[in-house]
Amino acid sequence: MPEPQPDPFGHSFMPEGAPHYGEVIGGAPGTEIRGSGTLTPAELSSETLTPDQLEAAREGLTIKSRSQLKMVTDRFFHHRMALVGLGIFVFLLLVSTIVPVFWKYNYTDITNQFGTGPTWQHPFGTDPIGHDNFAQVLQGTATSIKTALVVAVLATVIGTLIGAAAGYYGGWADAALMRFTDLILVVPLLAVLLVLSNKFSKQANGWVFVALLLALLLWTYLARLVRGTFLSLREREFIEAEWAIGATDRRIIFRHMIPNAAGVVAVNATLTVANAMLIAAALSFLGLGIQPPQVDLGSLIAAGEGDATALPWLFYFPAIFLVLAILSVNFVGDGLRDALDPTQRIRT
Amino acid sequence: MGGYILRRCLAGLVTLLVASFLVFLLVAVSGDPLAALKANPHVSPATIQAARVQLGLNQPLLERYWTWLTGMLHGDFGTSTTGQDVGAQLGVRLLVTLRMVVPATILAAIVAVLIGVMSAIKQYSILDHTMTGVAYLFYSTPVFVVAILLKDFLAVDVNNAAGHTVLYTIGQNTPGTTGAWPVFTDSFAHTVLPVITLALVTYAGWSRYQRASMLDVLNADYVRLARAKGLSPRRVLYVHALRNALIPITTVIALDFATIIGGALITEIAFGWEGMGRFLLGGLTGPVSPDVYVVQAWLMVAATAVIIFNIIADLVYGLLDPRIRYA
Repeated sequence: MPEPQPDPFGHSFMPEGAPHYGEVIGGAPGTEIRGSGTLTPAELSSETLTPDQLEAAREGLTIKSRSQLKMVTDRFFHHRMALVGLGIFVFLLLVSTIVPVFWKYNYTDITNQFGTGPTWQHPFGTDPIGHDNFAQVLQGTATSIKTALVVAVLATVIGTLIGAAAGYYGGWADAALMRFTDLILVVPLLAVLLVLSNKFSKQANGWVFVALLLALLLWTYLARLVRGTFLSLREREFIEAEWAIGATDRRIIFRHMIPNAAGVVAVNATLTVANAMLIAAALSFLGLGIQPPQVDLGSLIAAGEGDATALPWLFYFPAIFLVLAILSVNFVGDGLRDALDPTQRIRT
Repeated sequence: MGGYILRRCLAGLVTLLVASFLVFLLVAVSGDPLAALKANPHVSPATIQAARVQLGLNQPLLERYWTWLTGMLHGDFGTSTTGQDVGAQLGVRLLVTLRMVVPATILAAIVAVLIGVMSAIKQYSILDHTMTGVAYLFYSTPVFVVAILLKDFLAVDVNNAAGHTVLYTIGQNTPGTTGAWPVFTDSFAHTVLPVITLALVTYAGWSRYQRASMLDVLNADYVRLARAKGLSPRRVLYVHALRNALIPITTVIALDFATIIGGALITEIAFGWEGMGRFLLGGLTGPVSPDVYVVQAWLMVAATAVIIFNIIADLVYGLLDPRIRYA
């Protein structure tokens, strides 16, 4: 079965097993030279130069060593859209967690302003019940981001472990785990979530259940990617050397193989955040996600839809925040992928 | 090739069988059909027990699974709590949903290929950057936000400007319309907005694949050779490059089927269509939740469709790319 492509915004296709960033960077011809190289004594003879001149010459000619992490962060911070995305995401995160502490209304407060448009008192207007829409949108943003981050962390851990086990051990373990993964992909995700969340999201603290359910279904893609990476890593000499000196499986997997798959994992984790936000919002829109009095951006949009023509601010403020949040995460993911791509150079 | 198709279909059947058990378990754990009865203080334990026996809930889980599975193999999908035959309902609603999904998929594919190819040919041009931005935007916008924008803002303006309803925003047709032509135009007017909604959120990802695969091909050696030997740019582009650049997208479209179903489900509900989406949601949020037969049948239809499309994706890939051999 051909792999579904990981993320359509990739600049090139990433076939299974292709990316193992850790090794390629620095080693590939034409990329930065690793380690410090100085000129040989023959070229810099102390007979022709004074010690000061010699030192100066060495300074200028020494090639600074650059770690892989440094190269990746350099590339990332030269990616304009990624920086803008990161900025927007951090801004949304901070505003939605800090501002509610100072804001005069709580998201559950009911004022005597019913369905008024944006004013100084209520910058995002109020809903027909009298809730301050600004407080609600901030609360909704916080819930949506919180849910998505929890999903991404859990799904990444599950996906990495399952993919690692399948790719490292191969054989029947691989077959069993991958058939199981296929099985999860067979039924449309949204439908399964609807069925499960119908029961579980009604609990108090519904967002935790929504996050758990999403994480239990969103790890499949990463598991396939990690498996592919591990399959190719298994054949590499440095892993063979580890086997030869008798390293334990756990040491090889956690010390050598997972760090080499870190790029794939990081990019996928970021895209999972965006994906989780989309799906969680859809669940809430359909009324099966987070339940009142809790709010997230999806439930706010659903509530705003009914009055979208008369009280449009109830629709467009949460909608703008949701799209901004997802867009910013997608930009970050894109920048991260470019930064981890050894063939990319910094364009200044 | 024939042997390969046969083996893929057999593997698909096995997957479907295992999936059917998972679907059954999923629905079994997701809610108690007797919950509404139990919550009612006026219902006696005897009545609840009678309902349990009538629904077969007193039988062991595996026996219930077997009854359901064998029934389905005979074409009997069970009866919904409202007393309707689930199989017949499925047929009607599937047609309604397909009326949205098929045109939306075709529209999205055409738009994606056009935009992807143009962006690749004019890489880093203003057109390319604009299209990239637009694709990012739609890729990051939930389908229901697009739906609300189109129906509550665009459609209202259009209808006001026209003075009568041009674009319908609720339902899949006007009840009581008769005559072939009126029914057709009426259905068309109801279908426009949902199809555009679904196509917009779907094309975004595909256009990026198409751009990437076109760029790959344009930088390939054989395209350089074709140019070097003096073929006209037009011929190189359309005969040599484009044909090969279309191969990956076909697979992507077929494999994205489950995602499209998810999008269609939400689009349908946003536009008030009585299709598969509302069928599932009704089965989940109705007075008796879950409406076991409805939800199970729905999930089975979806799983079957996804498995079929996966097989189609493999086969189409093999047909289009002669380098792929099926042993």
